[in-house]
Amino acid sequence: MKAARSFFDSVRPHFEKGGKWEKFYPAYDAFETFAFVPGHTAHSGAHVRDAIDLKRTMVTVIFAMIPCLLFGMYNVGLQHFRALGQPDAAFLDMFLFGALKVMPMVVVSYAVGLGIEFAFAIVKKHSINEGYLVSGMLIPLIMPVDIPLWMVAVSTVFAVVIGKEVFGGTGMNILNPALTARAFAFFAYPSWMSGDKVWVNTSGGTVVDGYSGSTILGNLAVTGKAGVGYADWSMAEMVIGTIPGSIGETSKIAVAIGAFILLWTGIASWRIMLMSALGALSMGLIFNAFSGIVPSPEMQGYLGIPFWQHLIIGSWAFATVFMATDPVSGAQTNTGKLWYGFLIGFFGIMIRVFNPAYPEGMMLAILLMNVFAPLIDHYVIEANVRKRLKRVQPVPAKA
Amino acid sequence: MQELLSLFVKSIFVENMIFAYFLGMCSYLAVSKKVETAVGLGAAVIFVLAVTVPLNQLLDRYVLQPGALAWMGADFAGVDLSFLSFIMFIAVVASVVQLVEMIVEKFAPALYGALGIFLPLIAVNCSILGAALFMQERQYNTAESVVYAVGSGVGWFLAIVAIAAIREKMRYSNVPAPLRGLGITFILTGLMGMAFMSFMGIKL
Repeated sequence: MKAARSFFDSVRPHFEKGGKWEKFYPAYDAFETFAFVPGHTAHSGAHVRDAIDLKRTMVTVIFAMIPCLLFGMYNVGLQHFRALGQPDAAFLDMFLFGALKVMPMVVVSYAVGLGIEFAFAIVKKHSINEGYLVSGMLIPLIMPVDIPLWMVAVSTVFAVVIGKEVFGGTGMNILNPALTARAFAFFAYPSWMSGDKVWVNTSGGTVVDGYSGSTILGNLAVTGKAGVGYADWSMAEMVIGTIPGSIGETSKIAVAIGAFILLWTGIASWRIMLMSALGALSMGLIFNAFSGIVPSPEMQGYLGIPFWQHLIIGSWAFATVFMATDPVSGAQTNTGKLWYGFLIGFFGIMIRVFNPAYPEGMMLAILLMNVFAPLIDHYVIEANVRKRLKRVQPVPAKA
Repeated sequence: MQELLSLFVKSIFVENMIFAYFLGMCSYLAVSKKVETAVGLGAAVIFVLAVTVPLNQLLDRYVLQPGALAWMGADFAGVDLSFLSFIMFIAVVASVVQLVEMIVEKFAPALYGALGIFLPLIAVNCSILGAALFMQERQYNTAESVVYAVGSGVGWFLAIVAIAAIREKMRYSNVPAPLRGLGITFILTGLMGMAFMSFMGIKL
């Protein structure tokens, strides 16, 4: 600790006014405030000083994502060896295989994203925004494993520049940057982002007979098979997460650990998570009610999935815990958060079932509600203003 | 009944006037600085659409289509007036807009002031003529054209109100100087269009 402090103190003069790297002060500042809580306070007025500043908040979210990351690495290896017909490969082999696939994506996403953030900070002469720390981890977690690294890089550039920096940087973006990156990749390179070839890495071997690498929702969109088994997967596997899917989203247990950390530290909003669950469940119930009426048997099967299973298939859990709760792009008012969360769950399940083009609806549902979140907030505030105005209405004097 | 319902949902979300066809952009960009004004203009557009599209449908069916004048007698059965569609549709739209303008001026003078030139300009709002032409091209009957008109109006309304709320929030953003104003609004519209792509491809 002391060594780090004295290191920062020793290089500090180079970055201050008149030093040789004066221009790069934002970069220095970013590293120093990352390591130590900054000592400066607001210049005037009353203020509360809290050790939990934006950087500490972001790091907590990253900690919450680590179970998903680790399980994702293991699962990438597991799916790979299963596809090649060696389901008994050693645990360490699977994990290392997955780590070798996932780590480059994490590195690329951070290098590209933070590089842009540093460049913007130096040009605009403000301190570096912390916001990218979380997005940089989310982007690899929501990509399929087989996506080429340059696509990760390009979508990161789009998300950071068009999705965030043009609006003024961290805290000003309208859409969630990680989802912007994914949506960009999804629409720009659809063949790398959907279908049944991208979710499992099958390089270096022949695939076993009858193997299909499609995700559960991908399967459902094609066949509409109902019942617990959805082709090959059991309920337990869906909860544990040993199924094909985007890297970080498969394990509901890892997501639950993350959700616990976020809720316990009070960083994510329980209102959004709870209402998103209610929204998804009520859409599921509506579908269940209609499954008997619709004519086509495929639709009947898909609508007839028990409503609570929508919570464990696909990415509902991951998207709700880590992306719907984004404090910047979501609704800001408490009442607004209830509506916002509910509609995310509601639309997510609706798009998933109704739109054959997008087997997974959560990404687009959250983006859609990001668009409407300011409107929800506007009307919540208006209603509050009206309520309070009514309260101050002068009481007519008694005669 | 079910068909009308799915046409309604489709015209709001799947074939949204702004995000799918980019029609009616001028007033969408210009009058979206405040939610209240945007609500007013959006409501006016819904009203104008709901009146003009069915009117134009009747006009198309009984006057303009090839053979539409057959009800006047056998001599007129061969008359084809469809080359007059554009000008007739615009005439209907313009007269209805005049009416709306007078109503708004009388009953909501504050809104009248806020909308300014964009209220009479609804007459040349592309989404209004666009809806009439889509109606003609897709051969909607009267019921369908009412539903379609209200649906596309509601879609336009949602789009302008949503962007107005976002722009109110963005007043505190430090947008790079060259992009301030319309530039960032165009980028924003593109991003919103990306979010609305969630509905593309839904079959109802």
